[in-house]
Amino acid sequence: MKSFSGNAISWEVRDGAIEVALHREPANEIGTQSLEEFERLASALPVLEESAHALIIYSKMSPGFSAGGDLRELHRRIGETERQAALAGIRDFHQRIHRVMNVLDASPLTTIAAVHGIVFGGGLELALTCDLIIADKTARFCFPELRLGLIPGFGGIPRLKRDLGNAVVRDLLLTGRSFNTTKAQQIGLVSQVVAEGEALRAARATAAQLGKFDRTTAAAAKKFIKPIPYDELRQEIEIVIELYSRPAVQAALKKFVESTDAQPYLP
Amino acid sequence: MPTQQQTTDEVLDLAAAHFKVPRESLSADDDFFKKLGIDSLQALSMLTRLEQHFNVELPDYELQGVSDFRTLAERIQSRL
Repeated sequence: MKSFSGNAISWEVRDGAIEVALHREPANEIGTQSLEEFERLASALPVLEESAHALIIYSKMSPGFSAGGDLRELHRRIGETERQAALAGIRDFHQRIHRVMNVLDASPLTTIAAVHGIVFGGGLELALTCDLIIADKTARFCFPELRLGLIPGFGGIPRLKRDLGNAVVRDLLLTGRSFNTTKAQQIGLVSQVVAEGEALRAARATAAQLGKFDRTTAAAAKKFIKPIPYDELRQEIEIVIELYSRPAVQAALKKFVESTDAQPYLP
Repeated sequence: MPTQQQTTDEVLDLAAAHFKVPRESLSADDDFFKKLGIDSLQALSMLTRLEQHFNVELPDYELQGVSDFRTLAERIQSRL
């Protein structure tokens, strides 16, 4: 499938780059529908990769790249089903999203996340599967999961540990604070910072440059440079499921979802 | 280093420009959530703009419970 237009994501091949657009209202929250469409992308990649040298993920939504996991859907899932069934459903969701993230991470193409605005939780985890993150100046990054009694569940910690120093990882994870592009570039998370609205253009220019390189060599280099921490990724799922089973997490989710506070991200 | 008053004025100038409202409609003791009708994510976008302007890093948990421009400016001043 050379192109696809879904409710949450779309893709097309343009100038040798697979461009994946995120466009789910309001802020690209990643729930079951997004997951299903990402699974279609993962299935289509082997064919798409034959006619491309790069993959760019970007958002068409004004609040930003992605607000992360769909907490409202998660809350409904926990509330509507029997506890063990709910946990089994959450496990299944995480196993499936991990498979998608692993496919993106392992793609032989050079992958670029072009981000702006909020890049939170699962959105940051999606960006972390990419080889390069290009951010415009409005981008703000955060792993807020500890505020809900959780840890990032889409592969965030193993990939963050792979890419950044452990002290930085502890700071970002344990404080749950958000940070801007200056900080993101300083710690090595972001490769390029561009003016507001310019991330996709810069990503396309970078992809065009990559197109000049031999693909076999680029893929071999990537495989050597970017190992995928499969063992830790599996461990992460187990820890996340264990945490979800705690009543404190369910209470925190309920509080977040039902909050009318202007600052639900700041418990 | 700018005075507290200068910092407060700059915060108000930037907020007005960021959310495209008349500068004279904002004052230091306004609740910016109510006055600008913004949510937490929009407040974070303003924080990003302020951090870049003042060249500071302001952890968002320091803004917990802060909803007026004057206190926001004080938090920024403490990092200058």
